[in-house]
Amino acid sequence: MEFAELIKTPRVDGVVLHRPFLPTVEGTLCLTGHHLILSSRQDNTEELWLLHSNIDSIEKRFVGSLGSIIVKCKDLRVIQLDIPGMEECLNIASSIEALSTLDSVSLMYPFFYRPMFEVIEDGWNSFLPEDAFKDLESMTDEWRLSEVNKDFSVCPSYPPLVAVPKDIDDETLRKVATFRHGGRFPVLSYYHKKNGMVMMRAGQPLTGTNGRRCKEDEKLINATLRPGKRGYIIDTRTINVAQQAKARGGGIESEANYPQWRRIHKAIERSNVLQESLIKLVEACNDQSHNMDRWLSKLEASNWQTHVKEILTTACLAAQCIDREGASVLVHGTEGTDTTLQVTSLAQIILDPSCRTIRGFQGLVEREWLQAGHPFQQRCAQSAYSNSKPRQEAPVFLLFLDCVWQILRQFPCSFEFSESYLVLLFEHAYASQFVCRLFLRQLHKTVSLWSWVNRHQEIERLTNPLFEANSLVIWPSVAPQSLLLWEGVFLRWNRSSKCLDEAYEEMVHIIEYNKELQNKVNSLRRQLAQLETEDPLLQTP
Amino acid sequence: MEFIRLPKVENVKLLDRVSPRRSRVGTLYLTATHTIFVENEAGVRNETWVLHSLVCSLEKQAATSSGYPLLIHCKNFQVLHFAIPREQECQDVHLSLQRLSQPESYEELYCFSYKPNVDDEERQNEWDFMNLKADYSRMGLPNAHWKLSPANRNYKVSDTYPADLFVPESATPPVIVGSSKFRSRGRFPTLSYYSKENHAAICRSSQPLSGFSARCLEDEQMLEAILRSNPCSDFMYVVDTRPKLNAIANRAAGKGYENEDNYSNIKFQFIGIENIHVMRNSQQKMLEVCELRSPSMSDFLEGLESSGWLKHIKAVLDAGIFITKAVAEEGVSVLVHCSDGWDRTAQVCSVACVLLDPYYRTLQGLMVLIEKDWISFGHKFSHRCNHLVGDPKEVSPVIDQFLECVWQLMEQFPCAFEFNERFLITIHSHIYSCQYGNFIGNNQRERIQLGVHQRTHSLWSYLWTNRTDYINPLYRPDHSQTQGLLRPSTAPYCFKFWRGLYNRFDQGIHPRQSVEDYLRTIQEETQQLEEQLASHKQKIAKLEEEQGWSVVQEAAPFDKSPTAWTLSHDLRLANTPQDYTGGFITSSPSQPKAPDSSGLILLPQDLNQTSIFSLSNSSDPESGIADLSCRSPLSEDSTRDPDSDEAVYSAA
Repeated sequence: MEFAELIKTPRVDGVVLHRPFLPTVEGTLCLTGHHLILSSRQDNTEELWLLHSNIDSIEKRFVGSLGSIIVKCKDLRVIQLDIPGMEECLNIASSIEALSTLDSVSLMYPFFYRPMFEVIEDGWNSFLPEDAFKDLESMTDEWRLSEVNKDFSVCPSYPPLVAVPKDIDDETLRKVATFRHGGRFPVLSYYHKKNGMVMMRAGQPLTGTNGRRCKEDEKLINATLRPGKRGYIIDTRTINVAQQAKARGGGIESEANYPQWRRIHKAIERSNVLQESLIKLVEACNDQSHNMDRWLSKLEASNWQTHVKEILTTACLAAQCIDREGASVLVHGTEGTDTTLQVTSLAQIILDPSCRTIRGFQGLVEREWLQAGHPFQQRCAQSAYSNSKPRQEAPVFLLFLDCVWQILRQFPCSFEFSESYLVLLFEHAYASQFVCRLFLRQLHKTVSLWSWVNRHQEIERLTNPLFEANSLVIWPSVAPQSLLLWEGVFLRWNRSSKCLDEAYEEMVHIIEYNKELQNKVNSLRRQLAQLETEDPLLQTP
Repeated sequence: MEFIRLPKVENVKLLDRVSPRRSRVGTLYLTATHTIFVENEAGVRNETWVLHSLVCSLEKQAATSSGYPLLIHCKNFQVLHFAIPREQECQDVHLSLQRLSQPESYEELYCFSYKPNVDDEERQNEWDFMNLKADYSRMGLPNAHWKLSPANRNYKVSDTYPADLFVPESATPPVIVGSSKFRSRGRFPTLSYYSKENHAAICRSSQPLSGFSARCLEDEQMLEAILRSNPCSDFMYVVDTRPKLNAIANRAAGKGYENEDNYSNIKFQFIGIENIHVMRNSQQKMLEVCELRSPSMSDFLEGLESSGWLKHIKAVLDAGIFITKAVAEEGVSVLVHCSDGWDRTAQVCSVACVLLDPYYRTLQGLMVLIEKDWISFGHKFSHRCNHLVGDPKEVSPVIDQFLECVWQLMEQFPCAFEFNERFLITIHSHIYSCQYGNFIGNNQRERIQLGVHQRTHSLWSYLWTNRTDYINPLYRPDHSQTQGLLRPSTAPYCFKFWRGLYNRFDQGIHPRQSVEDYLRTIQEETQQLEEQLASHKQKIAKLEEEQGWSVVQEAAPFDKSPTAWTLSHDLRLANTPQDYTGGFITSSPSQPKAPDSSGLILLPQDLNQTSIFSLSNSSDPESGIADLSCRSPLSEDSTRDPDSDEAVYSAA
């Protein structure tokens, strides 16, 4: 299929663009295979380049012969294009609709994108499992890197290399894979250097209704326990949901078969419930009624903050088991690709200071989300404005980012990156010229987001000026009073952030000025020292 | 003291509301002015002090395994949960505190026994620090349009008004007196704020005694005079801040509101701010939500919504914005009133002043504003804040709402205010604490009768002396946000729950690191660097000169090396996990206890903020960050961290 077939009208003049907080622009609208472009004829006016894949839905309105297209984006922005001429308007609308709902992965923009920047560091090679394992090896010899999945045959959603207990051979892993949902046998997610405890993740055990048992599975996870120690299994489903899963072949680790493990059930919502929650939240934020009761009740009814609290609480619990109870932990839900990853990745933010750096966080997202097989393609296909019936969409990753933001708000000096970094990841998870969410095997054709982020200019923009390395575990508060609405995402296009941006600049200025003075004083000090050591007698003729 | 039945109880438990496991055992003392809890853990000197005047209510609960529970709810929103071993002791403490916390006469209030080491002359200076006349002359008054009226010199015209009042130049004494007879409590229309730039003024009064048809020529003349004192405008607004129904109901009692037909060129406007009873109940409901033990997100949001609190805050701010727009954008004068003109009127006039005039966003300006629109104009602090035992229906958090409006604005305009959140919270606490004389009594006349200026101390000068604690590091007088009027958004999502005030003492729920404190440390360091820079420059110049003279000179000792005051890099902030388990994990993790050497023993004569707030700085032995609220996280104290075992691990 050619893009040209989809573009009915490639170009319209005299289009007026309305955007939040920016002056309206009149100009020429062009449609290309991947972008909607509006450029004014004035030289210095900014152009609008909008990826079709960023478009969540469109609405058409007509007043006389003047048509308007309201474009609702996946980053939650809403823009309006006034297009003279009904036919042009209809053509543009249907073209956008077609182009923004392309199904084929290989037609997507990342496969066409050629970077305008110099790729200094190839992001695809930045976070290889081999490298992560080298770090692990320096701390412990209890784990090995297995190639059992090198052709994705044992578990299609796992990477080719995974860390497993040293004493467990590949044959055992194959057997265990048959006992775990999606073949997701327990693998190492995190090693807590402080006390040698570990966090593992997996899919649910396939016990079914007749209580199937897998000795290899028991052996595998018991191999991670120290003698005489117990571990915790954190199941991200309620006990009821987990019991019901038995009827569909899933299940839970029974106490009888796993006597060394204590199971804890936590209720984290998934799939459609989350997508609905996002839709309701965004609707509440866009409500123009200026009615306080309405706002608070809609915010409450959306349940978004409840999900944030649940996820954060479970992650804290996992971290607490590891750090405070000195126990190892296995986390799973049903598939082990959604709630499980939220918990394991957030627990690492809490426990491991290196995950709070820019690179460390990239590594975390790479390990715990991309390589761990979170189905970005399905989860992020539609955002809050989509009219089409949600299929597999769910803002699982956005909730993770929201939770990170909550921790960042509570520990504003402990993260090397700023809020902008999280917003950037949100945008790119939903629509991107970079790939961080497609199938691993096709990656070599595309450019990694990390390659772009890790350039000097970008790093600077995303760096938190308040950062002071904090080597400790950080325990966030999960009280409702402590959890805030993430305005930087959800109110970004509803309220002007001018005053807050100014405050941020002021803060940067205070810090920069301090650094500048420090340098000056240091150089004067050196000068002074030099003057004082120079023996004036020798210089005297 | 005769009210103390039991001066000391041993083995009392102070329970932590959020994590019950973290209770502390100690001795409870009752003194004439304070309840003091001294923790008797070995090596720990933790003291919690609570002023009796801050006690709002006491609650005895059914006995539990840990003893007889006694809850002390404080007016600064602290809740102390004691468990006392024996029933009789609990009973005695309860009865003593009940009496101690409900003084029957002004003479019993703490401000009359609070004696810092200050002589009479200094005390006079304290009070002279606040000068309202200076604020009126800052506004350019008196001038051709407005004059200082001696009418109320002896509080004869209105006993709840101040002695000094500004009225229109053309308002004669008969007009003033006539108008005052037509207004509740004699509170005739008088000036609150005057805009030099365009002559528009904010005036305030109480409701007219119009009933269904009464008129008063002098009152009509008074409004006419106000209108004419603004030469640029041919009409004025009369804003009744009550809901229309309430105002109509008042007509039956011979009160009511202005009839547009009787007054020439007025535009009449209702702005529905609810009355003090609604506000009292609303705050009560909100506080119940704040005190829930482990609320779900829905409990909290539903509770917040049903309390209606934020809706009321929005109503006050909306009213302030209406007046601000009239004055600044239309150049039209406004007369504001409610019923008596000392609650909603004070809120709305002062909020409008904050929006209009950058001066009121400075430290000094906010103090002046509270002195002017609240204290001098007779906001009934002693009634509203329940300083003495009295009618509970008179109690209402009207001033809390004003302070919260300012806080909401600070959230929207982080660079526009010279002061920080701590300043508002400190003012709030002292409005209720009765430690200073400023808020004692219900009006100026009462304060003079009580001899407040002769017998008590002034909060304003205390705040000014300690102003470095209250400076917003982001404020710059030349910043664009600092200039001109503020145009806040009043979309519902712009209003936030003020955790810093209402959950102030629940340490676990606040951000664990404070950006403000961080910036303050940086700024202090910057200041030192500037001094270093100057002194180095001087020394270099001197050395160069001396070397020209070829004199052997002993090297001058260096100043501290810069590293000595660069920020400490071992920022060891951790805290204790909350109860995330929902009871799954019962074994108590072995947590290292902090050897605490900073436990302050506060002497009563040293009573300052810290002791009133009754927060011994290290009340949380596990976190090492309990003192975030009053100290920089980067200060040396934070290196004494109980979780340092982690630091050892990461260093190993």
